[in-house]
Amino acid sequence: MELEFTVNGREYVQDVPPDTRLIDFLREDLNLTSVKEGCGVGECGSCTVLVDGKSILSCLTYMPEIDGKEVLTLEGITDGDELHPLQQAFIDTGGVQCGFCTPGFIMVALELLNENPDPTRDEIRKWIEGNICRCTGYRKIVDAIELAARWMREGQEAVEA
Amino acid sequence: MSGEEKEYDVVSHSFPKVDGEALAKGRKVFLDDIENSTDLVASILTSPFAHAQIVDLDTTKAEKVPGVESILHYGNVPRVPHTTAGQGYPEPSPYDAYIFDDRVRFVGDRVAAVAGTSWEAVQEGLQAIEVEYKELDPILDPDRSRQSEIRIHPEEDSTGIYDPEKNIAAHVDIEVGDAGAALADADVVVTAKCKTQFAQHAPIEPHIATAHVDEYDRLIIRTSTQVPFHVRRIVSQVVGVPIKKIRVIKPRVGGAFGVKQEILLEDLVSLFALRTGKKVKMRLSREEEFVSSRTRHPMEVEVELGASKDGRLKGIRMEALSNTGAYGTHSLTVLSNVGSKTLPLYNEAPDVHFYGDAVYTNMPVPGAYRGYGAPQGYYSLEVAMDKLAEEVGMDPIEIRKINHIQEEETSPIFEKLGEGKEGTVQYIHSCKLDECIDVGAERIRWGERGSIKEAHDTEDKARGFGMSINMQGSGIPLVDLAAARLKLNEDGSFNLFVGATDLGTGSDTVLAQIAAETLGVDLDNIVVYSSDTDFTPFDSGAYASSTTYVSGNAVKKVAEDVKSQIIDLAATQYGADSKDLEIEEGRIHTPGGTIDLSDFAILTTSGELELDQQQIEATASEVPAESPPPFAAHFVDLEVDKRTGEIEILKYVAAVDCGTAINPNLAEGQMEGAIVNGIGYALTEEMEFSNSGEMINPSFFDYKIPNTEDIPEVEVILVESEEPTGPHGAKSVGEIGIDGAIPAISNAVRDATGITITESPFTPEKVWKKLQEAK
Repeated sequence: MELEFTVNGREYVQDVPPDTRLIDFLREDLNLTSVKEGCGVGECGSCTVLVDGKSILSCLTYMPEIDGKEVLTLEGITDGDELHPLQQAFIDTGGVQCGFCTPGFIMVALELLNENPDPTRDEIRKWIEGNICRCTGYRKIVDAIELAARWMREGQEAVEA
Repeated sequence: MSGEEKEYDVVSHSFPKVDGEALAKGRKVFLDDIENSTDLVASILTSPFAHAQIVDLDTTKAEKVPGVESILHYGNVPRVPHTTAGQGYPEPSPYDAYIFDDRVRFVGDRVAAVAGTSWEAVQEGLQAIEVEYKELDPILDPDRSRQSEIRIHPEEDSTGIYDPEKNIAAHVDIEVGDAGAALADADVVVTAKCKTQFAQHAPIEPHIATAHVDEYDRLIIRTSTQVPFHVRRIVSQVVGVPIKKIRVIKPRVGGAFGVKQEILLEDLVSLFALRTGKKVKMRLSREEEFVSSRTRHPMEVEVELGASKDGRLKGIRMEALSNTGAYGTHSLTVLSNVGSKTLPLYNEAPDVHFYGDAVYTNMPVPGAYRGYGAPQGYYSLEVAMDKLAEEVGMDPIEIRKINHIQEEETSPIFEKLGEGKEGTVQYIHSCKLDECIDVGAERIRWGERGSIKEAHDTEDKARGFGMSINMQGSGIPLVDLAAARLKLNEDGSFNLFVGATDLGTGSDTVLAQIAAETLGVDLDNIVVYSSDTDFTPFDSGAYASSTTYVSGNAVKKVAEDVKSQIIDLAATQYGADSKDLEIEEGRIHTPGGTIDLSDFAILTTSGELELDQQQIEATASEVPAESPPPFAAHFVDLEVDKRTGEIEILKYVAAVDCGTAINPNLAEGQMEGAIVNGIGYALTEEMEFSNSGEMINPSFFDYKIPNTEDIPEVEVILVESEEPTGPHGAKSVGEIGIDGAIPAISNAVRDATGITITESPFTPEKVWKKLQEAK
């Protein structure tokens, strides 16, 4: 089945078997291994990527569903090697412990901050409820998203000024 | 000894994790990313029956499936009794496991394994294996098992089983003084008997391992493990390849919590690699992780406390019945820890009796799980303490304060009861438990709880406050071995090689901080390489809260050695006395002036040095003589909905004394994660089974791990002490956080409603039923 889509800004026109899961295509065909499989049935959030800016679970998504759409993975959230504010904040606050769930959390947080640049802690907690972290107890993940939101707002203000 | 404020440059600072950037960028650091594509993949066929004899196993059809390359089963692998427990040699667990056996002992037990060129081929191959089973009566209950005629391990070659006739894997019985007499003489006696469930570790990265045979005929195993050196030894033992032919490498680990202290895949990937000559990968699905990996020992623990009228403990009797499932991995040591990690806390009681059995059943296999028996012990002990407080009319805080161990005190339990054998004498050198209790009480508003309850209680909802105190340990004394190697590079940086195993906890960072502090250099001049059996020195592994304390002391020792080598060489070079030299902030201070370590380091390998150039390096070993306990106090403020039995946690506070927190942010992270895991254990997490012993909820949808909407943010306070035997004053902190939630929540429910919940998890159904009974 021929599909047209972009992944991290790069365009693809590709023949893909329609029963291919997006996570397998990203990991195995494109070698984008930040996308993690923690459960394979849509219950942990580790495989979260953005499709047209909306978070989806790539383990439950089949390739035909992304036809004509833009996929963003953690590898594509910055140009080159610099850290995105969310990545820096996860490192600084201790939001990363083992790091296996981190890409999924960062992607879902990115979607939040795109929609709401100044979320409250409660709004953050509500937003990330679909993702499971077994290491941190979540507090430092919420700290990270709050901190990144502040940095991004300040950065935006600096740009606007 | 504690209380002294020390100034540190690197230790006691919250540096970001040394691997933080790689992880936050999602780089290829986990095994499934590093080995994204291998020649072969493999999976396991598991038993559909809880107890059965395999009469016949036919692989003829499976062998013909296109892509299938190798099949393993009991008929074609060595039969070597061993334990899957990654414990120090000789392991205290019975040798009752086999790569494959002609008998299956739980739903999920290994039957066969298939390697093939694709996951699809492997699945097809597994389905094509024809197995004829003769079903045997399954025994699902440990008490029934002790009395049953049916034997779960009738095989003659298993060793180390306490009483195979009665299905008792392990037994413990120690007594200090005469607890029976003390209880008979006590003014007040209270009892609590609490029961815990099968619970799962659930690291988000399931088990995964790869193996291949390299160009020099060596077996190279990569595995997400807590115990690379034990993996090497046990694979050698069961597969029959000498240790020198095996290299085990640990990549980053996506969480472990004890479940990766088991050898679950490494023997199979090794056999496949040896038989096919190809690189093989195995990984468990989430369902397999639930059904076939390891769990926490369900237990029934009865505690009887005797005290004087003024609340001082006179005697304690503790009896434990542990369900060790189909195999006895960690059965003795977890059982021992139920007593050894709890009873010394109340050393006011001179007479103590601890005894119990770990019993085989045809249920999934419990193993090591964060806390390692202590959470099961604390549940009954701390519920009993609250009953005692009520009985003698004291505040729960005050009764604990007059009974708990203090600095410079000891408990005879330390000597009587170790991990599966006698322990070692130990005095407490650092204990800020009273401060932990006080600060926790203040944050939860313990003193105002009467008026808060009065203001909020309604006909439908009852507010309650509860607390518990705990201790754990820091490694296994006189058993663990940790070693570290450190070498100086020409630019003044150092390579630190540790066998210690970072599971995502941040131990690479913590150990680097200890090295940097000791050497007098910046953290970014320490390059850590950990857990590779060819290149790093031995370490028992990351378990028993050992890494910061035991491995940390090895790192401190090696750094002291290397530092003195640098100073001696510099003293000779500059004609000074070693004692007049010091290294600070990366500079060597001599009486004649200061030189950057980087400028001196290049000399050590060049002809410019007036002496012989040399590689400055050292290796140091640490065998701990003691296991200084961290201490913690947990407090909870909650509300019980009397109509539904639902418990809502409103606030949760824990204060911990872990000595010097080498990295306070990471120490908080250990506590916060363990507490949330503990709250899940208390409220929702339970493996459920059919009547035939099959797990019926093997998914995150049905096995409920807390997410951000289920619980409030927990608050952790570090109450630092200075442990004189620890590296820069540190104790370990990996496990203790999981001990407190069950008893604190149970005590708070009792405070709210008057009912005592004696069975975890505290589901609305159980709470509601108890409330109805109490009406």
